[in-house]
Amino acid sequence: MAAARLCRCRCRALLSRPAGAVRARRGLAAGPEMHFGFQTVTEEERREKIYQVFENVAKKYDVMNDSMTLGIHRVWKDILVHKMNPCPGTLLLDVAGGTGDIAFRFINYVRSVRQRQLQRKLKHHQNLSWQQIFESYQKDEFNSLGDSQVVVCDINREMLKVGKQKAEHLGYSEGLSWVLGNAEELPFDDDKFDVYTIAFGIRNVTRIDLALQEAYRVLKPGGRFLCLEFSHVSNPLLSRLYDLYSFQVIPVLGEVIAGDWRSYQYLVESIRQFPPQVVNNYGTYFSGGAEGNDRRCRLFQSGL
Amino acid sequence: GRARPSHSEPRGRDGRGEEEEEEMEGWHQLYPGHIPTSPLQKALLAAGSAVMALYDPYRHDMVAVLGETTGCLALPNLRDKMKNHPEGHRILQERPRIRLSTLDVARLRALPGGSLGREYLRFLEDNKVSPDTRMPPKFVDDEELAYVIQRYREVHDLMHTLLGMPTNMLGEVVVKWFEAVQTGLPMCVLGAAFGPVRLSTRKLQVLATELVPWAIRSGLNASCVLNVYYEQRWEQPVVSLREELGIFPPP
Repeated sequence: MAAARLCRCRCRALLSRPAGAVRARRGLAAGPEMHFGFQTVTEEERREKIYQVFENVAKKYDVMNDSMTLGIHRVWKDILVHKMNPCPGTLLLDVAGGTGDIAFRFINYVRSVRQRQLQRKLKHHQNLSWQQIFESYQKDEFNSLGDSQVVVCDINREMLKVGKQKAEHLGYSEGLSWVLGNAEELPFDDDKFDVYTIAFGIRNVTRIDLALQEAYRVLKPGGRFLCLEFSHVSNPLLSRLYDLYSFQVIPVLGEVIAGDWRSYQYLVESIRQFPPQVVNNYGTYFSGGAEGNDRRCRLFQSGL
Repeated sequence: GRARPSHSEPRGRDGRGEEEEEEMEGWHQLYPGHIPTSPLQKALLAAGSAVMALYDPYRHDMVAVLGETTGCLALPNLRDKMKNHPEGHRILQERPRIRLSTLDVARLRALPGGSLGREYLRFLEDNKVSPDTRMPPKFVDDEELAYVIQRYREVHDLMHTLLGMPTNMLGEVVVKWFEAVQTGLPMCVLGAAFGPVRLSTRKLQVLATELVPWAIRSGLNASCVLNVYYEQRWEQPVVSLREELGIFPPP
């Protein structure tokens, strides 16, 4: 029903910022017009509205995700982390990662990879004395993540709060940090992260071009950018069913489960409004320009 | 990757958000807070809110939604009753609202005990409730009917006062029986029928033998409670108002 698109790009290039269209509306403050679901608003208004949406839904975000996608979102997120295939020592930045779904999966994955690594290491050390084995085991035990780390960055305080509570509840403490930040202006140094992920977040960013520039900036050379997002359904019959479900059922679920119709109305509308060509344009953000000549950009697309 | 600034989806799709920008004409928001819904959505909402209200009785918003989505026959009926009565007609014209900001609390407190205003205030304070917590209507597709259901909600506390019932589960069920007979709202009927599920047997006995029969008799005998301009009757003694309406004295 929704295709998960993963895009791996990292190039050394000059990025050009596209000029924002500024149109003054009759008597109102000038500012580029953008969509908020099916409404038309200014940039500032859009940021504020989206902040409020996620502030309202934060507590029920996970429950609603399960109801809306009938649990399938978990599969998509699992696939994302599998495609990422992080090895111990990876530094991950999960943007718009509010409630921590990707971060927790990352930690689980790295932990299991690390365990297998340790097991293999032990197998090879057949001639060690018990003392030596004990010592090496102790040393590695305290490094169950192998120095991997994930930074969860989200613009919304409520979402981060829910994420932190979840982490405490599920017992995740090591290798995890929570940062309040804006994807359009990340509070991190250049060339810091190995992987940058943004799962179901990029359509809520107001200036996607800035977010991509920032992603480029904070990623190390050779780092990877992975984006998980909804796309359009091409099959007409499925598309009708999907529309029916989205517009008729999901806001009702929002009202009944979370007491909030409007936020879920926005969420389904924003999925429709997110143009597929944005994903195809990722390549242009990471390539081209006078200096660019090292273009490595591949678009993975898996339909479900 | 700039997003397209204006929507390109066909208009008239049901269940959209509220109109805020001038470009979005063709959007039928009839009153502030109105969310237009399709029949399918109303049906889903009715079912969902019924289940949720039973599952979590503290979800008063679900009871409200249930009332709105199932009231399509009872509400016009109520509105007509109001239109055909002089006091009710005035209420429909003037659209009074019962809110803490509009109530002159000091004046009500100064009224003699036994008067409607004093007893209403006493009820609010004893049960620690406020008239401001009533949900505004969202899913009623007629502006006048939205007012009618709003009036019904705001008058609910006055029902408690007139019937002398507290806000515990037992009291609420009794008031629901009375309101079910008076208004015919399906939500009241459902509340009256399923509310007792959570009561103990002793309370159920009292309910079945004394309270419900009294509530039903009073409900049938009384004239429409929505036709009373309560805000102009704060000085009237509760006993006298009961008599005037036709509510029998509580057991």
